[in-house]
Formats: sequence, structure tokens, C-alpha cells
Amino acid sequence: MLTLKCPFTGALLDETELNCGGEAHRKRFGPGSSDEDFETYMFTRENPRGVHFELWLHSYGIGKWFIAARDTETMEVYGTYPAQTTEPPQEVIDAINAKHPGWTWREFS
Amino acid sequence: MKHYSAFAVAREALRYHTGWERAWRSPEPKKRYDVIIIGAGGHGLATAYYLGKNYGIQNVAVIEKGWLGGGNTGRNTTIIRSNYLQDPSAAMYEKARSLYEDLSQELNYNIMFSPRGVMMLAQTQHEIRGYQRTAHANALQGVQTEWIGPERVKELVPIINIDGPRYPVLGALWQERGGTARHDAVAWGYARACSAMGMDIIQKCEVTGVRSENGRVIGVDTTKGAIDCDKLGIVVAGHSGQLADMAGFRLPLESVALQALVSEPIKPCMDVVVMANTVHGYMSQSDKGEMVIGGGTDGFNNYTQRGSFHHIEETVRALVETFPMISRLKMLRQWGGIVDMTGDRSPILSKTPLGGCFINCGWGTGGFKAIPGSGWGMAQLMATGHSPLTEAFTLDRFREGRFIDESVAAGVAH
Repeated sequence: MLTLKCPFTGALLDETELNCGGEAHRKRFGPGSSDEDFETYMFTRENPRGVHFELWLHSYGIGKWFIAARDTETMEVYGTYPAQTTEPPQEVIDAINAKHPGWTWREFS
Repeated sequence: MKHYSAFAVAREALRYHTGWERAWRSPEPKKRYDVIIIGAGGHGLATAYYLGKNYGIQNVAVIEKGWLGGGNTGRNTTIIRSNYLQDPSAAMYEKARSLYEDLSQELNYNIMFSPRGVMMLAQTQHEIRGYQRTAHANALQGVQTEWIGPERVKELVPIINIDGPRYPVLGALWQERGGTARHDAVAWGYARACSAMGMDIIQKCEVTGVRSENGRVIGVDTTKGAIDCDKLGIVVAGHSGQLADMAGFRLPLESVALQALVSEPIKPCMDVVVMANTVHGYMSQSDKGEMVIGGGTDGFNNYTQRGSFHHIEETVRALVETFPMISRLKMLRQWGGIVDMTGDRSPILSKTPLGGCFINCGWGTGGFKAIPGSGWGMAQLMATGHSPLTEAFTLDRFREGRFIDESVAAGVAH
């Protein structure tokens, strides 16, 4: 059972309380954008084997969205932070670097 | 390659089985091949086989990171059916199903294809409408399926409870010529036939890079050194994203774990495959007597290939209501396989932005049933540059909005 810490209340949440909203930090391309940009926004995903940022909704709880930094290979969670954040906070990057030296964050999509 | 037959079994029995040879060779890689296929699962091996058989391209290597058939080919629930809604899917899966019919004879390897019938239960009004629509579509596509009522369901599956309070059985979509096959044997049979044609199957050899020149693939770097090729086929299911990254393009894929489990063996009690998409569960009985149960996918990206208890609980809870007699069965093993899901839940068989490089991926939760058809179409695409079987499944359909939407059409388990 995947357990994530709610960044708003500090409560530990089981995955059965949550819904995953897919890859986080995507750049939105709406009406008027080029076909390529819209395809990238709509369908193309990083799908990494390793460090992954994803959106989660506490659907059976406070109903808020947050972002989790997680390892898709080891299931380790590096940290969670509110969805209104455009870049991972430094402590999450530090936690990732402790396990993956030399890992750097980049603008996704 | 020595022919397998009843006579061969008798001959070997007389000399203490000392005369069996290895089913396929394990050679070291050559410097260059006409075609390299990455991934020795069912789809990769079938692609290589039909390249040799249909197009005479036999200077082929199939490179595998682990062992042959050790990925999703060995982790699925072995169901074969072709009752899809959309025309391109029905054509692909029906081609595969029809090839399965005499694959044992063709490969001289018993894949234990058992056309025992596949039943997809309708447990909501919505599903009744959906499956009746599919049955009509199948009639137009030439795929033999029919809509059956609950009495017929009970007749075919005596252990089912058709009037459960939460999930009553309202009818089913029935495909009589669907069924199961021995999943490992499909990979082994193709591998043996490929090896007999002189193809090299190179196991425990990981591809670490894709080499290209002027926008065209020229070879791959592997843990056993660099190997040159004219054409490259990437057929690696859940790990397609990593290979695409090496080849310099991106894919509309997400990798998630699909759950499955198997019970202790019991006496024969159900001789058809039953799928219940409303409750994310499907079940069949293997020849050994185990109830093979498939569940849903984890809701998040994952490469860990392990089971998830709450998914199993959900699946089993619903199945127990539909099949009350399984409530006291012990479950022996549970596992997860990494499946690569596309946005429209249909596969990608396509040329790629890199010249000479082709990709076959995105089979999601339903790749096993498609193995022969996928190999047939992929081989045609790689050999001639075009295949009527694969033309709808291109990579650029996402940009152009030409979806083959089976996510709505087929429910969850497809």
C-alpha cells in the first residue's frame, strides 16, 4: 500500500483514499497552440523509470490536489507539496539527490 | 531442428531421453544483422518469425535484456479473444486469433491453444447496450460473437451466481472461438522456429544505446558490444519509453502494474473464460486446475512488477459474489506485470521519427492475445514499409486525432 503524507494537514494517507492525476508540472497548451504542442500536452508523458512527479487528489478526504515526488522503480516517496507549486521545493530535490546523486530537475514537457 | 512428434517421444523414451536437443541456440552476437529486434517476448519473436517466413529476411537478431519470454509474455492471464468494437482492432485481434488456431501445427510446438469460449458478462444496463453494439459490429467485421441471455450464461457456467444483489448477470457477449493458450509455449515455439531459420536469439544482453547517422538507425550498443543493423524493431512493452529515449523520440505511454493472481488447483469446475469488466475481474481455470484471476491496474505509474493487496481484495471481493464457490479457495501466487498504456488504449505499430526504426508497443492490458497478428503486421511493416493491419495504429494518430478508442469500447480489461 502506497502511503503519502498530505502537505496540508500532515496526515498519512493510504492510496485507497487518493486518486492519481498523472504527471505533474506539465505545461498547458490550449486552443490556438500548434498540433505538436497540443499532442505533447495531451498525450506525451515522461514515464520515467525512477524519479517521477505526479498529481494526487485526496478524494476521500479534504479534496485538495497535491504533488508527490516518487520513485517508480523502488516506490520510495521523496516528498509531497501543494499542487500550486511550479517547481519542486529544495528539500524534495535534496531528498532525491541523496538517492540519485547528480539528478537535476528540468522543465517537463 | 529435430521434428517433435509422438514417434520422437517414443524414440527418446527408449534411450532415456538422451537425444533431445536444445530448442534454440544461444549464440554470441555477430557484427551485423539486416534486422535487429529488441525484446524477445511473444511480440518480438513473432515479428522475427514472420520476417523470416513471409519475407525471407533471416539475417535477424532478437536481443533480450533478461530471458526469453520473461516479461509480460510470462505474466499475463493467457486469454485470447477478438470481440473488439473498432474495425482496426477487430482486424488485428481476429488475425491473431485465427493464426492461433493452427499455430501448434505450424510451429511444430504445442502451444495448447484451447478455444473454450470467452464470455464477457454484462452486469449493468450500460454494459448490455455496449456489448450488443459490439456484437453487431463484430457481425459486420466477420468476427463470430453473439449476445446471450442470463439463462445461457448459467448453462455454460454452472458455478456462476446470476442474481447477485450488487452485480446481477444480465447477459453476456460470447465468443465461442476465443479461449486460452499456454503463454510461455507461444514464446518458446516462436523462438525455436526462429532459431531453426538461422536467426540469433541473444539473451541477457541489454541495449544501452541506439546509434544513428543522418537520421537513420545504423545499430545498437549493447552490454555485449556494438551491433550494426539496417532496420531496428523496438518491441519492449513497458520499457518502450527508455528505448525511445535512446532513439531520440518520445511516446504517449504510461507504464503501470496490472494485477493477477492464481489459486490452488481444484477439480475442473469452469471450462470457459469469464470476464466481468464492471468489477475489474476475469477468471479462467488452467489445465492444472488453478483458477487464474486477472485484476485491474494500479492507478499510478509503476515499474515494480509486484502485486497490490487492495486491488486483489477489490477483485476477489467482487468475484466471490459472482462465483460464491471460490470464497474458500486459497490464493497461491499474485504478481504484477508492467503494461504500457496509450491514451486511447490501443497499441502503436509504427514507423518512428528515426529512419529504419520501427516500434511496436502500447498493448496495455491485452497484448498476449495479439501476438501472432502483431508479429504478422509488424513484419510486413518492417519488410515492405506498409501493412494494412497496422496502418491505423501509427504513432502520429495522437497528433491527428485519429484515435482507435477502445478505452470506452472495451471497458477496463482488454
